[in-house]
Amino acid sequence: MDLKGKKVTLHDMSLRDGMHAKRHQLSLEQMVAVSTGLDDAGIPLIEVTHGDGLGGSSLNYGFPAHTDEEYLNAVVPKMKNAKISALLLPGIGTVDHLKMARDCGVNTIRVATHCTEADVSEQHIGMAAKMEMDTVGFLMMAHMVSPEKILEQAKLMEGYGANCIYCTDSAGYMLPDEVTEKIGMLRAELNPSTEIGFHGHHNMGMAIANSLAAVDAGATRIDGSVAGLGAGAGNTPLEVFVAVLERMQANHGVDLYKIMDVAEDIVVPLMDQPIRVDRDALTLGYAGVYSSFLLFAQRAEAKYGIQARDILVELGRRGTVGGQEDMIEDLALTMAKEKGLI
Amino acid sequence: MSKKLKAVIIGPGNIGTDLLMKMMRSEWVEPVWMVGIDPESEGLKRAQEFGIKVSSTGVDGMLDHVIEDDIRIAFDATSAYVHAENSRKLNELGVIMVDLTPAAIGPFCVPPVNLKQHASQLEMNVNMVTCGGQATIPMVAAVSQVQEVSYGEIVATVSSRSIGPGTRQNIDEFTRTTAGAVEAVGGADKGKAIIIVNPAEPPLMMRDTIHCLTKETPDQDAITESVKNMVKEVQKYVPGYKLVNGPIFDGNKVSVFMEVEGLGDFLPKYAGNLDIMTAAGLRTAEMFAEEAHKGEITLPAR
Repeated sequence: MDLKGKKVTLHDMSLRDGMHAKRHQLSLEQMVAVSTGLDDAGIPLIEVTHGDGLGGSSLNYGFPAHTDEEYLNAVVPKMKNAKISALLLPGIGTVDHLKMARDCGVNTIRVATHCTEADVSEQHIGMAAKMEMDTVGFLMMAHMVSPEKILEQAKLMEGYGANCIYCTDSAGYMLPDEVTEKIGMLRAELNPSTEIGFHGHHNMGMAIANSLAAVDAGATRIDGSVAGLGAGAGNTPLEVFVAVLERMQANHGVDLYKIMDVAEDIVVPLMDQPIRVDRDALTLGYAGVYSSFLLFAQRAEAKYGIQARDILVELGRRGTVGGQEDMIEDLALTMAKEKGLI
Repeated sequence: MSKKLKAVIIGPGNIGTDLLMKMMRSEWVEPVWMVGIDPESEGLKRAQEFGIKVSSTGVDGMLDHVIEDDIRIAFDATSAYVHAENSRKLNELGVIMVDLTPAAIGPFCVPPVNLKQHASQLEMNVNMVTCGGQATIPMVAAVSQVQEVSYGEIVATVSSRSIGPGTRQNIDEFTRTTAGAVEAVGGADKGKAIIIVNPAEPPLMMRDTIHCLTKETPDQDAITESVKNMVKEVQKYVPGYKLVNGPIFDGNKVSVFMEVEGLGDFLPKYAGNLDIMTAAGLRTAEMFAEEAHKGEITLPAR
């Protein structure tokens, strides 16, 4: 694989996807410490919101330590070079949240839908594009459908005004060949001026390999997370990916030692639990289940005595999609009743 | 005078057709007109086959017949954009409007919670909130009838096949309208609504989760009883409304997990979200008819 001289824009997820692993409890000080460290290391784009995006604050997903507005107002003014992005899931957040984020100085809006439901994003993508924001369409759980279906949905988002489309491996299920095929098709068929992005999870240990495959197939934006702080077994660990890109002489613009230090000195100490491929995270990848279900399934195991692994496999079998966290306790209750535990 | 109130359905799509099929069984409401804007529409043809009068030129095409056909109730299953005009024209002729669009120009109506009140006041336009609202607000109300609820949150998960282009193009309207009704009708100080669209095949049944935060420690026995009673009230018009799990108590949090199976009239059984809208809309009209028949309310003079 020859990536020499290829331009890759790295996008950090630790302060958004990482919020899942922190049960949305990062403090403002922690957000500022991580983001200024990343800015100094040369990371150009950093996502900041509740783990489930703008408006994610809820009993269902968890109330955060601070509002999205408080986090954004703490981080945005501190950035010297890095831009800030915010995620929005239609059905959870609304265009009101989007406008709030823009007023806070957010540069990039990423509108996320399940990979078959792009048409719920029209009003949000349209509004972000109209406000001339960097507007991204983010197709989640992309392992669940064919490359042709991803392309069809990507074209919808492109038509609404997105200037970048992501193929998102929310479950950490994909293997490199699948990434190559899907990213390759998007690159070949979308407007040449539309950027392509890839968002990976490390549940099967494939995040680095998948991200490389994505770059090779034409993706120019790659999501990762410093020290891997993200849902499930985490996102593509950015300091590792930077080192790999460095060896391959790709053009990434990040200072390797500085990002290693952010990972080691700032992010690892704030983790509540090691972010690793444990049996439950591995099950997410293996069964193709949304990564943020991990801690919910583990809590259900503690409460109802049903193994998290069994709950996750059943959720996969039922075709659950991102955002269905409420299914976890419901299913655990049903399984516990069936086993006569309650 | 027959006890049945005569009705017009505006919008011959999935909702309008399902409503028509339910209405043909009603003891209180009789469908007379079906109104659309496309003469070729399947829904209008189907209505005609059922012996219903049709107009393919919108509401304007039947206004002249309102008095002679004694139309008393209208159901609007079109869109928020045209609803206000439809309602104005029909209200002027003394027709009560049941609004199945998200326009919400009239008060929200969730039958087991506040229909009686609207009927007794002869509200000329009532809005049926959203499918998610119909499925969940009775549960929020069941809790708030026992003790004060500071926060109510609902999560509606619907199959991809059961939500149409109108909802998709304006999904924010769903979350805003539902959250507003969780407060206004459910009785929560603050409401939040989330909708998830799931494309699994075969399509999943509508499911809903309701979380409430009570101000004081929840009275578990009273809330459990109130929830079970409310489920029975909804089952009177949606037999497939089912309590799957709960109420579960965790500190001041009360959680209820529901499933809604439709009757499968025109819409498939998994589309409980659409079924609960049409059933609630019809139930609303029936209550007006019952109250008028009993002499509790007097319909606009003709």
